[in-house]
Amino acid sequence: MRVLVCVKRVPAPGAKINITDDGQAVDATNLGHTMSPHEECALELAVQLVEAHGGESHVLTLGVAEADEQCRWAASIGITKATLVDVGTMGWDPQRTATALIEAIRSIEEADGTFDVIIFGNESADTGGFQVGIRTARVLDRPMVNAIKGVSISEDGTVLEAQREIDSGMEVYHLPLPCAIGVKEGITWPRYPTMRGRLASKKLAVDVTGSEAAPGGQTMVRLNRPEEQVSETIILGEGAAAAPAVVELLKELGLWS
Amino acid sequence: MSVLVVVEHDRGAMADASLESFAFARSIADQLGEHVEALLIGAAAADLAGVCAAHGATACHLVPAADDYGPELYGAVVSAAAGQLSPSGIVACGTDRGNEVLAHAAAELGMPFVANCLEVKTADEWEMTRVQWGGSLNEEARLASLMPIVSVAPHAVEADEVSPGATATVSELSVEVPESASRSVIQDRVVLSEGLSLATAPIVIGGGRGVGSSEGFDVLEALAAKLGGVVGCSRAVTNNGWRPHSDQVGQTGTRIAPQLYIACGISGAIQHWVGAKAAKKILAINTDPAANMVVKADYAVIGDLFEVLPAIDQS
Repeated sequence: MRVLVCVKRVPAPGAKINITDDGQAVDATNLGHTMSPHEECALELAVQLVEAHGGESHVLTLGVAEADEQCRWAASIGITKATLVDVGTMGWDPQRTATALIEAIRSIEEADGTFDVIIFGNESADTGGFQVGIRTARVLDRPMVNAIKGVSISEDGTVLEAQREIDSGMEVYHLPLPCAIGVKEGITWPRYPTMRGRLASKKLAVDVTGSEAAPGGQTMVRLNRPEEQVSETIILGEGAAAAPAVVELLKELGLWS
Repeated sequence: MSVLVVVEHDRGAMADASLESFAFARSIADQLGEHVEALLIGAAAADLAGVCAAHGATACHLVPAADDYGPELYGAVVSAAAGQLSPSGIVACGTDRGNEVLAHAAAELGMPFVANCLEVKTADEWEMTRVQWGGSLNEEARLASLMPIVSVAPHAVEADEVSPGATATVSELSVEVPESASRSVIQDRVVLSEGLSLATAPIVIGGGRGVGSSEGFDVLEALAAKLGGVVGCSRAVTNNGWRPHSDQVGQTGTRIAPQLYIACGISGAIQHWVGAKAAKKILAINTDPAANMVVKADYAVIGDLFEVLPAIDQS
């Protein structure tokens, strides 16, 4: 089974996300970089699928040269191949990003064969466009369902059963392979890199390419911090002695019967 | 010309968030001097015309030929319907389904799609404010498109029954979709709970690192049972394996909007806050008066949750 995971390098902010003076990006000074928790789980899922069914796992990312770091992280938990589309910025719009990913995937598949499963995170941690995976899958003619939290492969290896969490339980989709899915955190838990994994990640040969994809129709003008909900916190009391005040509040809100 | 709302429903039961998308579509249609119309996909959705009318739709277009939900199928129906109806814009709610259907439709149409908008100003190019970082930042964006396709961020606007009792014309729309679009239609459903969920409960009692263990959640469960609420948790809790991920409130978990959120032993990291901030009222219970959650909450009790919660329970 050949499995591809697409990930995006993003800053790892602390309690507050700061914006650069020109409003064009998150101020990443003194910040480390990471990827969305959804994508960390996507990598783990890919490694597990290859462990269970054999084959090869591949990570693909688009952005700046430093995204090499995310490729090596992927390798440290067991991904064996990597491609970085270096476009010199993290600011490409969703249509442009998808076009570049499609080019890259076609090129990899021409050389190494079709991917049975392409895994995306449900949405990126930063821009949250909710579409790059779907656009990519659609052009490559792979069935694609987003928001997946459970996966299994049929015994004959032709169908991926995908589960999506809803209020009352799970929806089940049967996607004929080759297919694509967008996964959510919780589908599995990412393992920690082992010493052997870290060594392998140092030796990983990251294939670096570029792209001339044309911009799409969505343009970011600037980032703003939403107005903080300013609320004067009303302290109802301390410890168990505050219980009557909490009950009063519940009654006031019509939530006590 | 009209603004077209893609109605989200499950086998004829409308999603609450879909009502918000009508309010959002009206705010756009009003700027354009146009009407709002609804696209109902699946025969089971025919009964929803009245609700659509009450929320401001003047016409409903029904595409009966879809027995159940599938992202590719719905996306293909939306793109085909858009081709016939030529709306000024297409709106859905920014839910799992809403965003995914619009992304499929936009990909099919070769057009941009802007997810999770808070506000749209119409001009030659639409200008919008949308959420980034799960709601921690806002983005001002411009959209160059002949047929703008946008979703509205959950809880960004309030649903508003503007025309109670109104009726809308319902006309059947015949669209052709490729057979391959049906390969991702729902095949089965597994019902795990019939009762309240995080997304619908009037009270959510959330626990964080301060709960300390899986067993520690017993006091939260007890109070939730008494108040008719459900228990949620922070990412630290699921990472520690104390609760399943389905209980997680936050950017990568469930976004809640209960009447009251009681946050117990939760520091209030930004990941958690963006999933909880739509609660009408927030009560923080924490030993640390300087905790982010306490500072941002409407109400707070300073103290040990293992003393405070049982005392409320026994009141």
